[in-house]
Amino acid sequence: MAEQGTTRVKRGMAEMQKGGVIMDVVNAEQAKIAEAAGAVAVMALERVPADIRAAGGVARMADPTIVEEVMAAVSVPVMAKARIGHVVEAKVLESLGVDYIDESEVLTPADEEFHINKHAFTVPFVCGARDLGEALRRIGEGASMIRTKGEPGTGNVVEAVRHQRMMQSQIRKVSSMSLDELMAEAKKLGAPYELLKYVHENGKLPVVNFAAGGVATPADAALMMHLGSDGVFVGSGIFKSDNPEKFARAIVEATTHYEDYELIANLSKNLGSAMKGIDVASLLDNQRMASRGW
Amino acid sequence: MKIGVLALQGAVAEHMKLLEKVGAEPVAIKKVEQLNDIDGIILPGGESTTIGKLMKKYGFDTALQEFSAQNKPIFGTCAGLILLAGEIAGQDWNHLGLMNITVQRNAFGRQRESFETDLIIDGVAEDFRAVFIRAPLILGIGENVKVLSEYNGEIVSARQGNLLCSSFHPELTDDARMHDYFLQMVIEYRGQTV
Repeated sequence: MAEQGTTRVKRGMAEMQKGGVIMDVVNAEQAKIAEAAGAVAVMALERVPADIRAAGGVARMADPTIVEEVMAAVSVPVMAKARIGHVVEAKVLESLGVDYIDESEVLTPADEEFHINKHAFTVPFVCGARDLGEALRRIGEGASMIRTKGEPGTGNVVEAVRHQRMMQSQIRKVSSMSLDELMAEAKKLGAPYELLKYVHENGKLPVVNFAAGGVATPADAALMMHLGSDGVFVGSGIFKSDNPEKFARAIVEATTHYEDYELIANLSKNLGSAMKGIDVASLLDNQRMASRGW
Repeated sequence: MKIGVLALQGAVAEHMKLLEKVGAEPVAIKKVEQLNDIDGIILPGGESTTIGKLMKKYGFDTALQEFSAQNKPIFGTCAGLILLAGEIAGQDWNHLGLMNITVQRNAFGRQRESFETDLIIDGVAEDFRAVFIRAPLILGIGENVKVLSEYNGEIVSARQGNLLCSSFHPELTDDARMHDYFLQMVIEYRGQTV
């Protein structure tokens, strides 16, 4: 008998994205540029994170017209963002047929206490995390893919690096622990015990773990792969750069060949300016998207 | 027996794990030159548009055609099947064009329509748990192609001499029987490489 929406089918979808780049797009034209450059998926949005920052106000799920326009334009998978805790936005996106939902801190949270129960959906979810505990809480709620939160829309990779370093170092620590120590660690991290046990036994998360939030150059993408990411999300970094087509192609290649430094040097030549970016240290606490959600 | 997994994008590690399980020596292939060191190769699941573009960019398209001409086995799963196909419905170009099959991309619909089910695979298993993710279907076959498995009357796995393909992802389960079947193909063809 055929079964849809199983854990294996949902997590498997993310496995197929590994080693690839997922790009933010706001219309059909950008989606086609992303696909032609070799994106493994596109994220359909009303505004890229840098513009969401600039616009201020409440950021919500994109107009379904944009999501449908992007879905009609490309054959690669299409993702879309719902607000943290906004079950109805997520159900709407599922009904549109998007291939993956990002329960995202880039949008203004709809619920400051509860994230969406993602087990109740056929469509898989990706969620942001800053550390192992947060990643395992989201997986416990049914997320099929994890990404670092980074600091979206800044073009500054420092927070994504911090989050991936933290995650990898905690995974190494848990892997080498004695079984006796695991429950205390689960309490300390606020992580579900059974999922922490999986990490202890397998030395990795039970789902794919991507980098996101501030990736702006081919070298940034390669750095995140070097730190153990399975793939990369690029939000504002492509379409806020001088030459989106070139940046998109170069970031795709740098992600595949992240250890080929001569190639990355060549890819980085005459690219034009990357997005201008923001020094994360200059952001006020209430301007930080990474601290949304828990 | 050294078997490569094309490592440009996709589920590479999963294939390598199962190859190890059946006793082969897996190698992640990122450069064309590495093809000389292996006896067979798997084209993994991933995004066929992405893998196809990178393949062409680095000359893997002609190199893999030569690889196949030397009678070395190639196994394509999901995106890999699309890469092997001679004809892709709705488009006037193909990637490697090695197998006499016509395929339909995303034939079951979008991700929410993805599923898993049990299949009978000729010469492999009577009860293979097959995971289909935005999977392609084989609409038609030509000369020398043998159907290995069908789902609801549609072709989901086939073989043409040294070439093997499946719509589903044997790399997403712990069942290594499909990989063992491919290893036997590699052993069988190793004596016949030209």
